[in-house]
Amino acid sequence: MDVLLHQILSGLATGGIYASVALALVMIYQATHLVNFAQGELAMFATYIAWSLVQAGVPYWAAFFLTVAVAFALGVVIERVIVQPVENAPILSVVIVFIALLVILNSLAGWIFSYTIKPFPSPFPSAPLFGNSYVTSHELGSIGVTLVVLALIFVFFRFTPLGLAMRAAAQNPVSSRLVGIRVGWMLALGWGLAAAIGAVAGVMVAPTVFLEPNMMSGILLYAFAAALLGGIDSPGGAVLGGFIVGVLENVVGSLIGTELKLTVALVLIVGVLVIRPSGLFGKVLVTRV
Amino acid sequence: MANTRDVLSKGQLIGLAVLLAAACVLPFVVSNYRVFQLTLALVYAIALLGLNMLTGYNGQISLGHGAFYAIGAYVAAILMDKFGVPYWLTIPAAGAVCLAAGFLFGLPALRLEGLYLALATFALGVAMPQILKYKGFEHWTGGVMGIVIVKPEPPEWSGLTQDRWLYFVVLVCLVALFVVAWNLLRGRIGRAMVAIRDQPIAAQAMGVNTAMVKSLTFGVSAMYTGIAGALGAIVIQFVAPDSFTVFLSISLIVGVVVGGLASIPGAVYGALFIQFIPNVADQISKAAPWAIYGVFLLLFMYVMPTGVAGFVRIAGGRLRQRRMR
Amino acid sequence: MGRLLDVRALQAQYGPTKVLHGMDFGVEEGGITTILGANGAGKTTTLRAVCGMVRTQGEITFAGARIDGRATESIVRLGVAHVPDGRGTFVNLSVEENLRLGAHTRRDKTEVAADFERMYGYFPRLKERRRQQAGTLSGGEQQMLAVSRALMLRPRLLLLDEPSFGLAPRIVQELFEIFRVINQADRVSMLLVEQNAAMALRLADHAYLLETGRVLISGSAEELGRDESIRRSYLGY
Repeated sequence: MDVLLHQILSGLATGGIYASVALALVMIYQATHLVNFAQGELAMFATYIAWSLVQAGVPYWAAFFLTVAVAFALGVVIERVIVQPVENAPILSVVIVFIALLVILNSLAGWIFSYTIKPFPSPFPSAPLFGNSYVTSHELGSIGVTLVVLALIFVFFRFTPLGLAMRAAAQNPVSSRLVGIRVGWMLALGWGLAAAIGAVAGVMVAPTVFLEPNMMSGILLYAFAAALLGGIDSPGGAVLGGFIVGVLENVVGSLIGTELKLTVALVLIVGVLVIRPSGLFGKVLVTRV
Repeated sequence: MANTRDVLSKGQLIGLAVLLAAACVLPFVVSNYRVFQLTLALVYAIALLGLNMLTGYNGQISLGHGAFYAIGAYVAAILMDKFGVPYWLTIPAAGAVCLAAGFLFGLPALRLEGLYLALATFALGVAMPQILKYKGFEHWTGGVMGIVIVKPEPPEWSGLTQDRWLYFVVLVCLVALFVVAWNLLRGRIGRAMVAIRDQPIAAQAMGVNTAMVKSLTFGVSAMYTGIAGALGAIVIQFVAPDSFTVFLSISLIVGVVVGGLASIPGAVYGALFIQFIPNVADQISKAAPWAIYGVFLLLFMYVMPTGVAGFVRIAGGRLRQRRMR
Repeated sequence: MGRLLDVRALQAQYGPTKVLHGMDFGVEEGGITTILGANGAGKTTTLRAVCGMVRTQGEITFAGARIDGRATESIVRLGVAHVPDGRGTFVNLSVEENLRLGAHTRRDKTEVAADFERMYGYFPRLKERRRQQAGTLSGGEQQMLAVSRALMLRPRLLLLDEPSFGLAPRIVQELFEIFRVINQADRVSMLLVEQNAAMALRLADHAYLLETGRVLISGSAEELGRDESIRRSYLGY
């Protein structure tokens, strides 16, 4: 029972990471109907930037916010320069562009920062809160930061004019132009935000999994699965899906060992999709023929 | 969009004959290592044709076809290593196993569309190395260490070296498989496949048994890629779980898109790309070769979003227009 | 009073298919112009061309400045509001959010709030449903929403694509009354594309008859309405 509680809480911590990356994926999907396979590598690259800042002596939280800002800018630039030229190309061609981006970022990170695994600092104390044995301070802090970020994003989209414009541009670009929204820039902003969210996720998970160029690939897969589980067009679903997947991964892993953990968790998710393809909260699209 | 015409023109037949002749001469004028690389490129071409049938012609996106390549490779390796089956028999065996595997995977896949199918196949591709490493199967698969295969000896009468012999074995398989594919794709089933890709509901309303065609396509596509896997295993003489990671599946989809979707020659263009461009990238920058590879991918997609085959088609069309003036 | 919108030799195409073959027309400052014609004549394309939504050749001048070749969103920012065919409602957003989006480019917050009230005044049903999801509104209500959204821009020129489509006759009457009020009280010029020729001719000052991408007849709305032969041959009544 004790162990189960620990697994669940630990799972919520990783779930928060999955939820953030899943949200980033859904944001870009809603606007473009494309899954950004390079999302993980963007987060990884941003985490390396944070690491460099900390190494250079910048205090942790200053480095954190600076990294988020840089990641935002990077996202905007990538959308305008690399993604925009192929916006009318066939879907699979755009997928290849994303794969290219993934490969380039991964390789650049390895080249600039080397492939050796690096430890990454956590801003939270190493002693567990109240000396409890269920959850570390970092895990708790990670859940906290994740929730704050998700709440900010929610408030931004729901209650600000820019957030409204971005939602409109994602749902109906043609009508958005008719009210004067610069749809192209809304897309770029979406990428920027997604990159920023990914950066937060990367920085929060790095202390646990250690910093190396391939650190986000497993996470991206789980985030992808979480987004689909929640319903690929539902941001709320993606967040919930992320937490579910996090807990599932931990519990399943403790039951059957870490060897086949990846396989079994994926099988479970695929199973859900076969039963209910639109995910838990997605809209079942009825298209007129 | 399908690049298959009912009958090849005389010009095209001559062109193909010339190409075939060149392919036969090639192994005698290049180094042994190049022959090995070219053989692998031919193997990839078969694998890409398989994937193209599924994704290009039938519209089902598979990001995990490396799994079928792996199954074919392991079938060949296990038959040769554990049962002493001659190498040429393992090829149809691998094909048969993958045909069944693909068909069986295609059945639940019927319920998944686009993105969801992509994830399911991606999961398959990611999971395959783990499954291959699983301790329970170790007795057959050799676990992490894999299986070493003895390179087949060329028969006495050919007078060829091992590498050249294998090159021609693969070439013969490729030609046979391409002809079969060409016939399949320009016939009723091929048209049904494309109809399902473009207008699934209309196709069903016209009496096409969508479920059967889609599952069959999955099966045949897996069969082709499985045969390629078997041939690849024989050529490389070695199979191990880490040779068949998700990177392989990604390379295959890259090859199909860069070569050209729904195009038979696209399989060859794509195979040449995924076999040789990594080497070129490596020569340009030893430090970050994959970054250069990524740049190549970007350039290809900006300049030819419909792949090399699409580019060739458009360029050919423009040339014909100019000649007609 | 000069022409607010002046269009010369307008051609437009969708890909390789040319739909408009050289049109000349215009809208007077403060006036209402209507473009009539059968299905497929190119009426919707004409409005899309003015908004920069299709590829065009020719000259389009708005308030003295050339707008052909410019992006839709920048044309809108000059004061051109378009109520498209199909209404273009943001179906997943609330009524209020739809209206707010109409005012997206405006900076004057108090005036925007006043305009909200004005729209609710014209269309009280929208006020009742203001938090409702726009996609759940009836056809007539969505049309009202679409027109209101366009008016939230405080446009100088309002483009209307078949506003009567699919609406009950009584609602069409109400709608066209409001158009008249908006035109006279708020001095909004209008370019109205309609199949319901009778109503359109009663509202408009000037009319053009379109056939397969060319202007066939042009004249004052009164003249066209009175001409029996034109009415019977082209306008169906």
